[in-house]
Order: sequence, then C-alpha cells, then structure tokens
Amino acid sequence: MTNHTTHMKTKGYLLLALACLSSAALAAPETFDFKDPKGVNNATFKLDAPLEALSGNATGISGTVTFDPAAPAATTGKIVVASSSMHVGNPMQQQHMLSDKWMDAAKFPDISFEVKELKNVKTTGDVTTADITGTFTLKGISKEITAPVKFTYLKDKLSQRVPNQKGDLLVIRSTFNIKRSDFGIMPGQMEEKVSDTIELTLSIAGASPQ
Amino acid sequence: MRKSLLRALAAILIVAAAGMWLAAGANRGWSKTSVPVKRTDEVTGLTVDDYQKRFVPGIDFLGAALLGSGILAGASFLFRANQPQT
Repeated sequence: MTNHTTHMKTKGYLLLALACLSSAALAAPETFDFKDPKGVNNATFKLDAPLEALSGNATGISGTVTFDPAAPAATTGKIVVASSSMHVGNPMQQQHMLSDKWMDAAKFPDISFEVKELKNVKTTGDVTTADITGTFTLKGISKEITAPVKFTYLKDKLSQRVPNQKGDLLVIRSTFNIKRSDFGIMPGQMEEKVSDTIELTLSIAGASPQ
Repeated sequence: MRKSLLRALAAILIVAAAGMWLAAGANRGWSKTSVPVKRTDEVTGLTVDDYQKRFVPGIDFLGAALLGSGILAGASFLFRANQPQT
C-alpha cells in the first residue's frame, strides 16, 4: 500500500515536471527570420513636396527578431533595409535619391533598427501593440527613436506561405516619422522642394520554421 | 513653305503630347517610368507595391512638348513670308 502510494506520488511529480517542461517549451522565445521569399516585406517612405509627394518603397529587408508570445516585452532583434532597394517611379528622382548628396547608398548600404525595449505592451489574442524604442541608423548616423508597433503572431501559419514547411509567422507593422536633417540628409537644404519630415511605414513578416 | 511646315510641326507636337498625356491619365505629377501595382499576401495580410515598367507622362513631359513647340513656332518667324511675284 505504502509502495503503491509512493509510486503514485512519483508518477504525479513526473507528470507535473513534464507539464512544466512542455509549457516552458511552448512559451519559449522564437527567432523569426525576415528575409521573405515572397518579396512582400517592404518599407515605404513619403516626403511632402509642392507638386506631388515623393513616395516609394524598399523591399530589400533582412534581419531577425526574437519574440515570445507569452512575454512580448522581452522582444529583441534587428531589422535591416538595403538602401539600394529603395525605389521611386521617376528615374531622375531615383538617381538623385541614391546619390551621395541624399542617401549615398554606395557608402551607406544599410538602414537599420535595433530593438532596445518595449513599453506599454498590450496583448489581445494574437495581436500585441507596444511602444518600441531602439537605435535607428540611417546614412551612418544612429539615433534612439520610439515608435508605435503592432505584432501579429500567426501560429502554425508558415506552411500556408511555404509548402511543407511547418512553423510560425510574426507580422510587424509600424509607422513613424523621422527628420532627414537629423540623419545628415541635405540638412537645412531644399526644404521648399522636399519636406524635412519623412514618414516611414514598415510592413514585414518573419518566419520561424520548426 | 518652310514657315508653314514649322508651324504645322509645332501644332502637331503640342496636340500629340497633350493627347498622349490625357490618354495616360492626365498625371499632374512628374513623369514616371515605373508605376506601383498593389499585391497582397493572403496569409499575413501585408500589401506591397510592385513597380512595373510603364511610361506615364507628367507635367514635365507637357512642359517639354510646349517648349519644343514654342521653339518650332518661333523659328518659323525667321523665315520671310513669300513675296508675291510682280
């Protein structure tokens, strides 16, 4: 009888330990790769100008983000946008934009954002919103900025994008403004032709294969 | 003869340019050689603008046509009008 009770207790502890381990495994942070085979990831930019707004996008996105749906405040990672992938419809504006006077894409090939911390984190279902603070680097100049961000965690959805590939997806959306003068892009010049404020919108999805 | 030809060319140029601009959607911005076409990923809901090569004339195109037309019309004044033979 005593042996049976001890055996039952041991079995109970083992089950409890297994349950703890499996829940820990479920809640483990996942690393998402933002190199998108579908070519949908993009960052758009918009600057006001007298005739029409100068707008375009960049699709050369890479980087990784470590996200735990059970603890989104602990999110870390870095997203990189290739300057050379920036595109606008007018060929002359395209040439000027990538030239050494504006973006100097040859000398500064990367635009990046590295996460430092998240505040005001709110999660409803699969969606988490927060204010994200990090280091934004553009044209070789790094500044700390804070922007609103929305994470959408899509569990087991990777196979719907990449056949025969199990895993999860993380969608990140954020819109924020920067000033080009803060990053050495023609500071104080041509503001009557192109605004100092640049509106940036990031729409990206990362994959975490299992 | 040359005078009439230059003036006709000036008129053809401005009419053709205006017609082309109107037919392409009367874009009141700058000319473009590629235009954004939206594509949405159904799984993530993300939308991207894919740029497709297409020429869309803008007001700079109209301006260049107007300038060319003005030069042709102006050049026509360099030629004397045919004097009636006596």
